[in-house]
Amino acid sequence: MLSLEHVDKRYRVGTFGGRELVAVRDVSLAVRPGEVVSLIGESGSGKSTIGRMILRLTPASGGTIRFDGDDVAGFRGARLRAYYGNVQGVFQDPFSSYNPVFKADRALELLRGPYFAGLDDRAWRARVAASLEAVRLDPGQVLDKYPHQLSGGQLQRMLVARALLLDIRLLVADEIISMLDASTRIDVLNLLGDLKARGLGILFITHDLSLGNYLSDTAVILHRGEVVETGPTARVFGRPEHPYTRSLLASLPQLHRKWDRTGAVRGPAGEGG
Amino acid sequence: MSVSDAEELAAATPAAAAATPATLATARAGREALYFARRNRKLLVGLAVVLVFLAVALVGPLLTDHGPNEYVGPPAQRPSARWWFGTTMFGQDVFAQFAHGLRATFLVGLLGGGLAAAIGMLIGFAAGYRGGAVDEALNMLTNVVLVVPTLAVLLVIATYLRVRGVVPEAVFIGLFSWPWVARAIRAQTFSLRSRDFVDLARLSGAGGARIVLREIAPNMSSYLCMTFILLFGGAVLTAATLDFIGLGPTDGISLGLMMNNAVLWSALPLGMWWWFVPPGLGITMIVGSLYIMNVGLDEVFNPKLRKL
Amino acid sequence: MSAVTLRVDNLKVWYRTLRGDVQALDGVSFGVGDGELVGLAGESGCGKSTLGKSLIGLDASMRHVGGTVELDGKELPIGDPARMSGFRFKEVSIIPQYAMSAMNPTRRIGRMVAELLESRGVRSAGVHDELLRRLALVGLDAEVLDRYPIELSGGMKQRMVMVISTLLNPSLLVADEITSALDVSTQKAVAEALVDFRDRDYVKSTIIITHDLSLVYQIADSIIVMYAGKLAEKAPTDTLVAAPRHPYTRMLLAALPEVGVRHDTRRLEGIPGSPPSLLDPPPGCRFRDRCPLAFAKCAEQPPFTEVAPDHLVACWKAS
Repeated sequence: MLSLEHVDKRYRVGTFGGRELVAVRDVSLAVRPGEVVSLIGESGSGKSTIGRMILRLTPASGGTIRFDGDDVAGFRGARLRAYYGNVQGVFQDPFSSYNPVFKADRALELLRGPYFAGLDDRAWRARVAASLEAVRLDPGQVLDKYPHQLSGGQLQRMLVARALLLDIRLLVADEIISMLDASTRIDVLNLLGDLKARGLGILFITHDLSLGNYLSDTAVILHRGEVVETGPTARVFGRPEHPYTRSLLASLPQLHRKWDRTGAVRGPAGEGG
Repeated sequence: MSVSDAEELAAATPAAAAATPATLATARAGREALYFARRNRKLLVGLAVVLVFLAVALVGPLLTDHGPNEYVGPPAQRPSARWWFGTTMFGQDVFAQFAHGLRATFLVGLLGGGLAAAIGMLIGFAAGYRGGAVDEALNMLTNVVLVVPTLAVLLVIATYLRVRGVVPEAVFIGLFSWPWVARAIRAQTFSLRSRDFVDLARLSGAGGARIVLREIAPNMSSYLCMTFILLFGGAVLTAATLDFIGLGPTDGISLGLMMNNAVLWSALPLGMWWWFVPPGLGITMIVGSLYIMNVGLDEVFNPKLRKL
Repeated sequence: MSAVTLRVDNLKVWYRTLRGDVQALDGVSFGVGDGELVGLAGESGCGKSTLGKSLIGLDASMRHVGGTVELDGKELPIGDPARMSGFRFKEVSIIPQYAMSAMNPTRRIGRMVAELLESRGVRSAGVHDELLRRLALVGLDAEVLDRYPIELSGGMKQRMVMVISTLLNPSLLVADEITSALDVSTQKAVAEALVDFRDRDYVKSTIIITHDLSLVYQIADSIIVMYAGKLAEKAPTDTLVAAPRHPYTRMLLAALPEVGVRHDTRRLEGIPGSPPSLLDPPPGCRFRDRCPLAFAKCAEQPPFTEVAPDHLVACWKAS
């Protein structure tokens, strides 16, 4: 359904744009219908950039991104709108995703003009209520409220509801639960799991390996813009081959398993930070 | 936890939304702003002064039955019950001149300030939202207008246009005072553009102009409001200056022109204070009050500056 | 009973807001022993950051409503910022959450450290050797003192702030979410550095404030779990994770995904609902509305009592 072929992203930096920064280098991955792919990397690994390129928020510098075989770079106008009817994104900070001067359900209203122009008010309200219930939100509690009156978990779920309004086939979830509390995180994760069972494909971008493990079929480990390891989740986590993957798993704090404490304390060599 | 975090926490629970009374439950930005606006002394005083002058400008000319430049009375009279502000060296009614001059002042402020605001916003939003080549080109334009010696240009225009009215003067001021507005709006648009809600609007299929108008501008509404007030005041001041040095309108009257005449005809050495004090005081008070209003508005809109 | 560095007794700290007083800390009592590393865990809004900040000095919107804080037997004047400044940095020190904003971007780091020391009445030349020694300990080069903060990575800045905050060997160190903004590998280095500082007696006792239970499990001696402005449970680390008594702790631990747990094999459950508003908190146990074990007696606030040696719980069912 979605495929990335040798995708690059380069930025010009420095005074007068003299130097080049390669954020993403030769990345290839694929998402099949109904599959959850975890894109795991630390900060600076380029994972968010990949998400943005798929969503056409940033152009790719090289390589091709294909959806159902078509190159997404060429989409314009109505074709681009149709693409957004199939692919949507949810981002990390729930409070930043809503325009603070307007009410929260405006995020849903924005879709009405371009996609549901033919619907009358009653049909529209019914659709909105249905997708809110699909994410287990009570329409009476979340409609007609300002973002600061709702919790982070509710806001994130509303964004998923917005994506569901369009009957999408692929959701790009960029660190969507990292700003939520532990008790709400799992609810949103379970929601994604249920949606996956109903056939939604998800690109789950995260820095937290345990989250990646909970939900995904395939794991892609990203380091400094390059794919260092990829494969079925169970294999990548159970028998990691690349040294970077191994060190990631070793540094991960886990309940019921203490770190292997070394005597001296040193920062990791060549940390990107 | 800051005060606003604590408030968010207090508000962000369904229990809170249900339990607290309706008046407290929705502390919307707009309503909060109004609450503070009614209590901000700087804003209220400044606004009151400007409104008083506006009233004089609108009603004053109706109270006189002669034009401002007509010779209606004995020259150089002190203020009296007949001539409220006295007369000029030539027997013109100073009050009539003052009232008509105020009209010209407000007109220049509105027209010149409004034009500068419109141009500045258009260029600022376009440059900030689009970035890239468009931004470079508009920056170039902004820089050119910034360094153009406006006085020299005005002198050239003055030689070609023998007869000038208030409207050309306002247009001229409007065409040359927008660069700082464009710069500031461009900077703010840049920072707002990278926010997630703008991305979300793009993902909803909205185009550039729609995003600027519906997403970005509302977030800057307080800044745009203050910008307009500053441009208004600036236009009034610039017009007064130009009039004072003789580059103003050739017909009609304005406060700056009154002061120009007063100086030309030696009002100061002759002790005719009623000729130049009203216009000078008028300009000072209007522009000063506008700036004070602006400071007050800043306090109203910016939660960190508010005193609880 | 071993010596106690910090004793907090019925501490109440409220926030002034437009809508009334937010009762962020409502009667918190606990003790931290000598050399102990205590993890203070909880979700957002539980009051853990407020507790950390009130130990160091209240900010303008906070109000000290009641209770006392005793450090090494002396009472800390937390309500009085002027008197607190004498204690700060020397006896009690804080590593703030965002190290990036803790350092003046226009000063070289070495110069900033010297100025900080001078302001506390300490001659910087006297501690210079010790400073270099500690920098080497956390893996930073001496030449980092000549750099500007912007030239360092997030992890390096965090470690730098750690060294600076502990330079005068404070009795109590408060580390407020110091690992949240860091990558997994740097997190481990920073967390282990904290333990190292304690082992080498650079600090006597440490309080680590975090929302990440699995991190604090790795390095803390005991863990305190907070909920809605009150303490829910305090126990030695292994006991808390293996046999928690408070329903909130149990549900919180059950909601943590781990490597090896998958959605289709073992579905984790969250905690439905959300914490009560602290503007006007309901009487009785604050967790009552979300607790599956709630019964009639929960309408009365359960006391924070000891149910086993060093294990305190605020729950009628547990005691």
